[in-house]
Amino acid sequence: MTVVIDRATGKRHGDRAPRPGPVGRLRNAYQKYWYAYAMIAPVVVVLGVLVGYPLLRGFYVTLTDANSLNSARTIGVNHIDATYKFIGLDNYQDILFGPTSYDRFWSHFLWTVFWTAACVVLHYSIGLGLALMLNQRLRGRTFYRLLLVLPWAVPTFVTVFSWRIMLADSGLINQVLGSLHLPQPQWLEDTFWQRFAAIMVNTWCGVPFMMLSLLGGLQSIDSTLYEAAEMDGANAWQRFRHVTLPGLRSVSSTVVLLGVIWTFNQFAIIFLLFGTTSAPDAQILVTWAYRLGFGQQPRDYAQSAAYGVLLLSILTVFTSFYFRWLKRNDQLAV
Amino acid sequence: MSTTTLDTPAPSAPADAAGTPRRRGRGRDERGPLGSVLLHGGLVVAGLIALAPVAWLVFLSLGPDKNDYLHPGNIAGRMTFSNYTFVLEHTGFFDWLRSTLIVSLGTTVIGVLVAASTGYAVSRMRFPGHRQLMWLLLLTQAFPIAVLIVPMYEIFSRLGLIDSYLGLILIYCSTAVPYSAWLLKGYFDTIPFEIDEAGRVDGLSPFGTFVRLILPLARPGLAVAAFYNFITAFGEVAFASTFMLDDSKYTFAVGLQSFVSEHDAQWNYMAATAVLIAIPVSVFFYLVQKNLVTGLTAGGTKG
Repeated sequence: MTVVIDRATGKRHGDRAPRPGPVGRLRNAYQKYWYAYAMIAPVVVVLGVLVGYPLLRGFYVTLTDANSLNSARTIGVNHIDATYKFIGLDNYQDILFGPTSYDRFWSHFLWTVFWTAACVVLHYSIGLGLALMLNQRLRGRTFYRLLLVLPWAVPTFVTVFSWRIMLADSGLINQVLGSLHLPQPQWLEDTFWQRFAAIMVNTWCGVPFMMLSLLGGLQSIDSTLYEAAEMDGANAWQRFRHVTLPGLRSVSSTVVLLGVIWTFNQFAIIFLLFGTTSAPDAQILVTWAYRLGFGQQPRDYAQSAAYGVLLLSILTVFTSFYFRWLKRNDQLAV
Repeated sequence: MSTTTLDTPAPSAPADAAGTPRRRGRGRDERGPLGSVLLHGGLVVAGLIALAPVAWLVFLSLGPDKNDYLHPGNIAGRMTFSNYTFVLEHTGFFDWLRSTLIVSLGTTVIGVLVAASTGYAVSRMRFPGHRQLMWLLLLTQAFPIAVLIVPMYEIFSRLGLIDSYLGLILIYCSTAVPYSAWLLKGYFDTIPFEIDEAGRVDGLSPFGTFVRLILPLARPGLAVAAFYNFITAFGEVAFASTFMLDDSKYTFAVGLQSFVSEHDAQWNYMAATAVLIAIPVSVFFYLVQKNLVTGLTAGGTKG
């Protein structure tokens, strides 16, 4: 919690006082910063080389008409040089405003936004509900927690396949629905049910992380606050509203942000549930971009990268607004 | 938060809170029998939903035929481990295991080393660019694979890193390191600054303090970060399926897909492989999950 950081910064200010003269200060600063920079250098280098450079390179690719037919490649022993050319912002123009832009970009954009919002709301509310339940004094708490963490413990690529079997036309779920005389939707064929299934599976996969984080947050709320609230005659709802929720604010703001970012970029679940070739309408922007770049022939590198740049811009704008909003509400956890 | 005051010393706070019941004297809001039933009922339902897909996979893995998932009733009568023996003897299981372990452990070692020093620097030192670095670390979480995968593919193919373990390890580090650094920063924040000061007074350099005093103290946090890196690398799909072309170098995430092609789906072998993968991972996960919660909390609440 912020308390700790406040204490920390207080200490650091204490370190610097009493202020030495300008030369001494420079030397102090140099000494201090030298170590700091040496320690962060590996990360900066790794990120610069592995993220920064490809990012710039990728941005350049979006300004060309690169695809797998005109990029540099090696066939057998022959090396063929790249022949793609610079075409400026045409890719963006085509994606955002081109003749079929709605079918290719905007429909996926809307679905991605809906997908992110729905998943994060479900993750958070179910996660909070379970965390509150687990935070009660009850028999078998550890057992329940172990059970509920299971979806997180098993690798996603394993469980998504399991869902795929269960959701198949005459798989477990439809057999159960059939025996209850309920309609049996075509989970993996019909667009609406594909989307429904995708959200369901992602919710199942994502709740444990939220639950554990919020449980940690709940446990770090000082119990005297509850006692004081009870003393003042607050009922359960008022205690939840005025003690629990504010106490969870910094955890919440962090996990919601991470949740939005992770869900927006959630690749594995949709990719594994439907593959890249089927279910065009259930593809979110990330999997759609991957399909353009690697799931079709010829591979359209330029458009795929342009989607990537657009995605990154959307998330950057979202994150900065989110931070501004947090700062205004004085809940900054970073 | 402005309203909260933590009296307990920071490092032990989450652990203590986990151990002691939150409210001692329950007043008029004591949970009645109905409340208990609802509470247990809710948790049981949630637990069953959490368990079902995994249990179903285990069940299917015992059925001998690839279409058994359509007739689960048939399995009960003729359960067999034949799928397991087939997977172990006639598929690339051990190749995949080797690739997965090389890539995951490589990512873990490199990632944690790099992330720890950054986390420490960000936790203890206020240097120009400090805030921007924190920002950058968070922002890299937002990088969609789509923006990186194409240029990375180009660059790696030029460097001959396609189809190589090193290439995959480097890619995973670029996604795992920022979050681990963030997590570890939160953990380092909970270690009292007096320890650093004592180290400095005794004549250790900042590096010395970090290596000799802080790293040993931060072992639980390091374990969490290591575990996070490990599962990130273990479960990654997109890069692994794009960059690994040789089927003896597939990781599990890619190898498992090879049972299910357009034309033929060998669900029974797939289920058996999935169980073989999931069991050790889950066991390991359960062993560390207590620490995981503490680590996440440290990262989440103090991040």
